[in-house]
Amino acid sequence: MSELTPPTPPPVDPRPEPAAGPAVGRDEWVAREGERRAARHPWIGTAEARLRLVPWWAWLALFVAAGALMPAFESSGYVRLVAFETVIYMVLALGLNLIVGWAGLLDLGYIAYFGVGSYVYAIFDSSKFGYHVPTIILIPAATIIGALVGLCVGLPSRRLSGDYLAIMTLFFLELFETVATNGNQIFGHDITGGSFGISGVSPLSFLGHRLAVQHQGIFAVSYYYVAIVMFVIIFVALRFTNLSRTGRAWRSLREDTLAAEVMGMPVNWLKLLSFATGAGVAAFAGTVTTALNASVYPLNFSPVVMITIYAMVILGGIGSQWGAVLGAILISVLLQVLQNPGQARALFYLGVIVGVIAMFRFSLRLAAVVAATAVFGVVVHAVAASYHHSWVDGAHGGVAGVLGHWVVVPVQLAPWVGQVAYLLLLIGMLCVTQLRGWLRIIALPPTLYLAGFVWENLMIPNPGPARYIILGLLLIVLMIVRPNGLLGERRVEIT
Amino acid sequence: MQFFIQLTLDGLTIGSVYALVALGYTLIYGVLKLLNFAHGDVFMVGSFIGYGVLQALGGASNPMVPVWLLLLLVTGAAMIGCSVLGVVIERFAYRPLRDAPRIAPLISALGVSFFLANSMQLLFGAQQFNYASYNLSGGALYFRGFDLDGVHVPLLRIITIGAAFVLMVILWFLVNHTRTGKAMRATSFDREAASMLGIDIDHVIVFTFVLGSALAGAAGVMFALRVPTFAAVGFTTGLKGFTAAVIGGIGSIPGAMVGGILLGCAESYTAGYWTTAWSDLVVFTILILFMIFRPRGLFGRVDIRKV
Repeated sequence: MSELTPPTPPPVDPRPEPAAGPAVGRDEWVAREGERRAARHPWIGTAEARLRLVPWWAWLALFVAAGALMPAFESSGYVRLVAFETVIYMVLALGLNLIVGWAGLLDLGYIAYFGVGSYVYAIFDSSKFGYHVPTIILIPAATIIGALVGLCVGLPSRRLSGDYLAIMTLFFLELFETVATNGNQIFGHDITGGSFGISGVSPLSFLGHRLAVQHQGIFAVSYYYVAIVMFVIIFVALRFTNLSRTGRAWRSLREDTLAAEVMGMPVNWLKLLSFATGAGVAAFAGTVTTALNASVYPLNFSPVVMITIYAMVILGGIGSQWGAVLGAILISVLLQVLQNPGQARALFYLGVIVGVIAMFRFSLRLAAVVAATAVFGVVVHAVAASYHHSWVDGAHGGVAGVLGHWVVVPVQLAPWVGQVAYLLLLIGMLCVTQLRGWLRIIALPPTLYLAGFVWENLMIPNPGPARYIILGLLLIVLMIVRPNGLLGERRVEIT
Repeated sequence: MQFFIQLTLDGLTIGSVYALVALGYTLIYGVLKLLNFAHGDVFMVGSFIGYGVLQALGGASNPMVPVWLLLLLVTGAAMIGCSVLGVVIERFAYRPLRDAPRIAPLISALGVSFFLANSMQLLFGAQQFNYASYNLSGGALYFRGFDLDGVHVPLLRIITIGAAFVLMVILWFLVNHTRTGKAMRATSFDREAASMLGIDIDHVIVFTFVLGSALAGAAGVMFALRVPTFAAVGFTTGLKGFTAAVIGGIGSIPGAMVGGILLGCAESYTAGYWTTAWSDLVVFTILILFMIFRPRGLFGRVDIRKV
């Protein structure tokens, strides 16, 4: 008997067992919500619980009030215009969130519906063709036309799964651009004005009163309020839709299309409905934007804009309305900040400092990295300066103060230096993600210095590509580090 | 008739480029079930690498090495450079997302595409880069060749189409007659089962990316030998390459070739008999027709969905 080995204990599950409650799936996750909250800091947990009691319409009212008061404190026309664009982005992000986040369809042609709304408005209310349809009729009409176009794109796509749908809709976007660019020669008729677009679009008119685009030479704030009203309408309408039967059906479609179909849901119809609704929202946003810009060009609806909107929805959190709003604000502000050299510089160094602190916390290693980076920079700067003073003299233009003695900014950067530095920076960044321990600490200072060099010499002088490089990187990193975005609901995988 | 032959020749040339791009899509889609949006941009980077090597070797008007070696070196460098790029992309942008929901790697691929296109624009500007291949050895690549029913067939066209064909045959051999190829097919059929049978999935996926990206690099050089290249070219070409892959049937190697050639010819005939402006419309119409009537393409197999 003694030869018998004692039975090995079952492998210990590293996760603590739930004290009680249902065993599997979402229920378990829900049941452990209080536990998780308590695990955080008691204050944060309590605050979270309290804040959760505030109804969504109160948050919306607060948010809108803050937004509506903004022009009272900010008289700059530029800032107001950016605020207007941000609100438009918020509406677009809400519409995209419906298609991607709720119904789970990857629609890469979304921005084309925005274009449809814009073009419909421009064609039927501009001096180019001489039609002047009243705004009160034209905006709903454009929205409905946009929705119908969405329906038409959805029709052949409804049987397709994720990837095919993506490519199909992306092609639709390309097609829309083609039609818009060549629309001045459709059977001899000029419909879209070709690549020069349509200019001379009339501003919005309500009850016979034209809403001037400019007031005393700067952006008229009335358009900002129109956009806010639009945002509130869309937000509330989508909120109720999401809470409705259709909204629940969409989410079930996203989680498992096959299961939804088996449960008797009209899957195709639901897909078409989500396409059409999202498209209508985008077209709605397009009308107001076009009325403000007084013109419309095919280039306004390029894939670049579309990926920007995607970045907003994903950063905020796919499937969350507030996430879409937050993402739109952050990305819109980010794109503006990156265009201004001074702000872009500040943002970069702030980002690097926060990133390094997040990586090491406040520790000896942090101090080592910071000191090594500083010394590394000073040494490189001294070497470059002793070689020839033109290598470091470019710093007077933009970088003032301490930074000018640290980062090398040549008067005239040879193209190959920039290219090699960029390539080395990429390699350095990839290495830093792979290395661990001391190797990482050794690799970090040169990488940080290279990042500073590339930022000062390449990114700041070329804000156009630089901001989209940042956006592309953001998408990749977000998908890997936090696919649910800032406010997104964590997907619960049912085992 | 002469016009028709001319157009067919054009279509075959551009079609073989599309076919090579489509092969990369098909391979990667087959193994990873991932629509690699960045593939078109890998193609673009390939054409840039080719341009760099061409300039390093003295440019088209005064090359240091004989023309045949020059073409070989340029293509080889682009293929190797793109393979490295493909492996890096897979390692850093797709591998961490292998078990994530389907939408995550798609978005990541969009990000990579965006990143590559704008990086190239940052480093090299938005201008066009011309290989100036008509300067190669005094224009011999254009003047030589043979006549077909009164239409001159330049040597460069023959080289392009021939090289594409040779690459496809090599690929077909690699996939169908080697151990790694067998592992690739097994992975494509059922990844989980393949890994249970001892196939190193990571190895297979890296190999797939090497193959697909190398083909994209070669396609990039072939494309740029014909027309100048620029940073934004990857997006549209990638889209057309994917359309070719869908027409031929995703996952099928002969399908990708046929799809590419069909697409190239369709575009060329549209441009010749109608107008260049609407060639995208024709491509889109073909895609829609296939999606509606034959979603699995010409040579694709029916996917049985298991629940």
